[in-house]
Amino acid sequence: MKRLINFQPSRTTGLALGLLPFVLLLLAYLMASDARLAENPNDKLLPSFASLGEAVHRMAVEPDKRTGEVLLWADTGASLRRLALGVGISALIGLAFGVALGAIPLVRAGLSPFVEGLSLIPPMAILPVLFVVFGLDEVSKVVLIVFGIAPFIVRDLQQRTRELPRELIVKAQTLGGSTWQIVLRVVLPQILPRLLDAVRLSLGAAWLFLIAAEAIAATEGLGYRIFLVRRYLAMDVILPYVAWITLLAYLTDVALRLLTRAAFPWYRHAVAKGVA
Amino acid sequence: MSRVALRNVWKEYGDHVVLERLNLQVEAGEFCTLVGASGCGKTTFLRMLLGEEEPTRGGITLDGEPLPAEPGPDRGIVFQRYSVFPHLTVLKNVMLGLELRAAPLSGHLLGAGRRRAREEAREMLAAVGLEHARDQYPAQLSGGMQQRLALAQSLVVHPRILLLDEPFGALDPGIRSDMHRLVLDLWARHGLTVFMITHDLKEGFYLGTRLLVFDKVRHDPQAPQAYGATITYDLPVGATDRGLYETIRADVRKTETDAAVAA
Ligand SMILES: Nc1ncnc2c1ncn2[C@@H]1O[C@H](COP(=O)(O)OP(=O)(O)OP(=O)(O)O)[C@@H](O)[C@H]1O
Ligand SMILES: [Mg+2]
Repeated sequence: MKRLINFQPSRTTGLALGLLPFVLLLLAYLMASDARLAENPNDKLLPSFASLGEAVHRMAVEPDKRTGEVLLWADTGASLRRLALGVGISALIGLAFGVALGAIPLVRAGLSPFVEGLSLIPPMAILPVLFVVFGLDEVSKVVLIVFGIAPFIVRDLQQRTRELPRELIVKAQTLGGSTWQIVLRVVLPQILPRLLDAVRLSLGAAWLFLIAAEAIAATEGLGYRIFLVRRYLAMDVILPYVAWITLLAYLTDVALRLLTRAAFPWYRHAVAKGVA
Repeated sequence: MSRVALRNVWKEYGDHVVLERLNLQVEAGEFCTLVGASGCGKTTFLRMLLGEEEPTRGGITLDGEPLPAEPGPDRGIVFQRYSVFPHLTVLKNVMLGLELRAAPLSGHLLGAGRRRAREEAREMLAAVGLEHARDQYPAQLSGGMQQRLALAQSLVVHPRILLLDEPFGALDPGIRSDMHRLVLDLWARHGLTVFMITHDLKEGFYLGTRLLVFDKVRHDPQAPQAYGATITYDLPVGATDRGLYETIRADVRKTETDAAVAA
């Protein structure tokens, strides 16, 4: 018998093992839900699969009586728009400031303490300020996301930029490169795949801030809906919404991974060899 | 042309004297091999020639002018590692220098300029035997191929001085001697002045035109950092014999053991 640390599962075993916890969770839910509903058919806490299905149909297929929109899609559209704006703006800020801070000592001396201070402010604590300044509309939600994740991306990319081997920067100078040319041709292209990594890592936080902002002030959005129907203990809506958000987060992650592979073929080789 | 002169050059980091009393004059077209104990300051010396570090005392001149205080296209370098850009293919690695020179703003060449640069880069790749690998990324190349690429990339902008910091130290002996032949060939063809560090004293004895040995002549066992290394032998290659080789090797060994004991 091999040691446990040397025991590699085959592909199928690995897949089965990976699915097992999900199946177990479903089973546990089924059993608990059945037990509760047997005691009290009107129990709302753990709805049966049938009533979950009905709720999904109501939210994702039938138009809402009041607005005429299909709520799930309207909510998804609103939330994804805010998320994309917030994350996109954060990525741009992160790239510009991260590279400038990492590559140019003068910028670092001037801005590094400020950025560090900024990143220590708990974003939720200034949410009321954002509502006062930007109103209750879209802007404040997007700004909250930016506030929540941009400092992380800036600092991460600053670090990644500084980790580029000094030799490469020196080499580029011996090829006649100016500061601008070196940033453009040597630093930026090597930082872009790392930007996608940083964005991927900050998506969880971005969702957190989005849902928090929507819970407090919104008229549509996934987070808004969850907190709205919570008043009626509508677990049959909340649970599918949570599952849907999780799926969206998972798909975004996969998409970003695929994008990194397709757009930066050198990155995988270099990481595998430990030269990037 | 590119005559390098050092006058009483010192390099200190705080109390730590790394190099002291360096006096040297190197004519254009010489091929200097640098040897010395590990940690004695060979890389530091090269970094001063590069302009990445400045001497704490004394001065370095290039053709009588003070050496610029930062790296520039007249002095090329090949490091032991990290000399090529991982995000560019082999061909684009070599084209980069040409593009930077011709396109100050965008750093990219287009159209006819690009075609010319590509042609020039391909000739350079052919000279180092890398034509066939031009579309690969550096991480897909062997160590020897990466160093060939680094040479081609440096030489395409026609530096006058080429600095090599143990460029082949990580390669197998067989490949290393191929690489030495290549470097000698490029040196002769491009009329370069070469400074090459090697940790293999024997290489220094047969390669190039001049051997520079870095070593400490003064030791303080209580304060091993109080004195730096200097150039202890400055020999024309060819005028060296077996006995001298043994003497130098013993000296360098002793410095290394002393350093190990002190540490
Ligand atoms: N930036 C620095 N700050 C402080 N000390 C330094 C710095 N750079 C080099 N040194 C010191 O200078 C000494 C010489 O280093 P250097 O790298 O030049 O040695 P070397 O001869 O190239 O050694 P090796 O053969 O191992 O490459 C070492 O003791 C090193 O610790
Ligand atoms: Mg060294």
